[in-house]
Amino acid sequence: MDGISFEVQRGEIFGLLGPNGAGKTTTLESLEGLRAPDGGILQVMGVDPTRESRKLRNLIGVQLQTSGLPDSMRVDEVMRFFCAYHGVAPNYHLLDRLGLAEKMSAQYHTLSSGQKRRLELAVAVAHTPPVVFLDEPTAGLDVPSRIELHNLMRELQTGGTTIILATHDMAEAEKMADRVAILLRGRIAVTGTPRELTATGAGLTKVSVLTEGHSLSETSVTFPAVSQQAFKDEYAIYYSTDPGLTVSAIIAHIEAQGDTLIDLRVERPSLEERFLEITGTRGDQ
Amino acid sequence: MNAFANHFSFEFRTGIRDKTLLLMNYLFPLGLYGLLGFLMAELNPLFVETMIPAMIIVAILSGTVLSLPNPLVTAREAGIFRSYKINGVPAISILTIPALTTMLHMVVVAAIITATAPLFFGAPPPVNWAGFILVFLLAAFAHAGLGMLISVISSSSRAVVLWSQLIFLPSMMIGGLMIPYSMLPGALGKVGLLLPSTHAMNAFQGLAQNQVTAFAPLWSVLILLAGGILSFGLANYLFCWDRLNTTRRGHPALALLALLPYVLGAALL
Repeated sequence: MDGISFEVQRGEIFGLLGPNGAGKTTTLESLEGLRAPDGGILQVMGVDPTRESRKLRNLIGVQLQTSGLPDSMRVDEVMRFFCAYHGVAPNYHLLDRLGLAEKMSAQYHTLSSGQKRRLELAVAVAHTPPVVFLDEPTAGLDVPSRIELHNLMRELQTGGTTIILATHDMAEAEKMADRVAILLRGRIAVTGTPRELTATGAGLTKVSVLTEGHSLSETSVTFPAVSQQAFKDEYAIYYSTDPGLTVSAIIAHIEAQGDTLIDLRVERPSLEERFLEITGTRGDQ
Repeated sequence: MNAFANHFSFEFRTGIRDKTLLLMNYLFPLGLYGLLGFLMAELNPLFVETMIPAMIIVAILSGTVLSLPNPLVTAREAGIFRSYKINGVPAISILTIPALTTMLHMVVVAAIITATAPLFFGAPPPVNWAGFILVFLLAAFAHAGLGMLISVISSSSRAVVLWSQLIFLPSMMIGGLMIPYSMLPGALGKVGLLLPSTHAMNAFQGLAQNQVTAFAPLWSVLILLAGGILSFGLANYLFCWDRLNTTRRGHPALALLALLPYVLGAALL
């Protein structure tokens, strides 16, 4: 890591994004007390993770990217074991909620990778810590589990829990995070809300239009602020730097031609596009 | 206390649930006990005299030096200790609880050997039960300390096998188990004094069987105690949470300090 600095507010979901090797896991592990930084100041709720690790344990819940549990430990034993160390009663309801109720007696090594991730998540939040670190929480999860995880994250946030989320899933970050930071080669390249990040990029808004007639089929027709246009599946597609201006002009043109508008879609540039732009990997995709 | 009890209970059940641990804690030492009981009693009638302490020490070696380190190294390599650390499991629990549960398994095996050897093989039972229990606990403590130290300094399962065999094989051959220490030639006897099993056998003979010993059993007691304390202390000092962030407090070669009481014993006795 190289001179990174950020603050996360109580009750916020903060996303850490970045390509492989950017430093997301190193940042999280330093905050979790698993790594000792060479320098700088780290504080989690006023606690120094390096020096006050014992104090930190009940303040944070962690789902690590790479970790494990004893192969022969049963699901209910996992919950009992870690809750005992946190000094709280086992939260079996959480296992039920994360779809592990039928696996209570199953040993850890018999679980699928998705079930292992869910169990580790249950352990991370079972003692209701005020700060939760999630490192690639949806990796290996099926769609229902992913939705359940997102619902759980929202619930935790509503209860005042702060969540720091490292993810490769841009859609997840855009949907869940209040603010994100994009890490690049150990530095924070950009930080802000997903909307701020997508708004400040050079990303173009995609306007897709379907009409009854052929008023837009002429390639010679041009509209203001459009830098590229294409036709796909009967839709005319325009990439605009000013979607308001472009859409008004398109509608006016359709009316003037006596045509009928069937469908019009405006898609903002996504966080993924902005991410690719910042990390300079657009060409690889 | 609840967390410690929970952890202890889980580790003890693992010793039975895990087939490898079950083999090393029970099947291997009891199988060897049966085999050697029948064979050695025929080949060397003197073996019967020391059969109970010898077979108990074999069981201790199997449970501690051979089987204790590998699950710990595997757990560290698999990131299990990382999960423990972030959930507040202290290093001292990771180091002491498996040792304690292994010692409990050893109590069961020792009880079986002590109860059956007089019946099946005519082996003399202990005369002094307090001395017998004291020496058993000290021998288990000293060997468990070495097992823990091996788990802390070994970087892989292959390294564990190497270190474990380096203690187990000499213990079987010149550690007073098959051949009494007093019958070993001078140089081999000195090497034998570097092994905890030699001192455990000497202490068992002197304090549990009230037999004449090659040297004062009190020295053996002190050496086993000092060896155990040093081993556990060094294991705690050199303990490492995971293979990714190897911030160790000292060089693994420091583990050799655990042999200091045995080296002093070999030099002075």
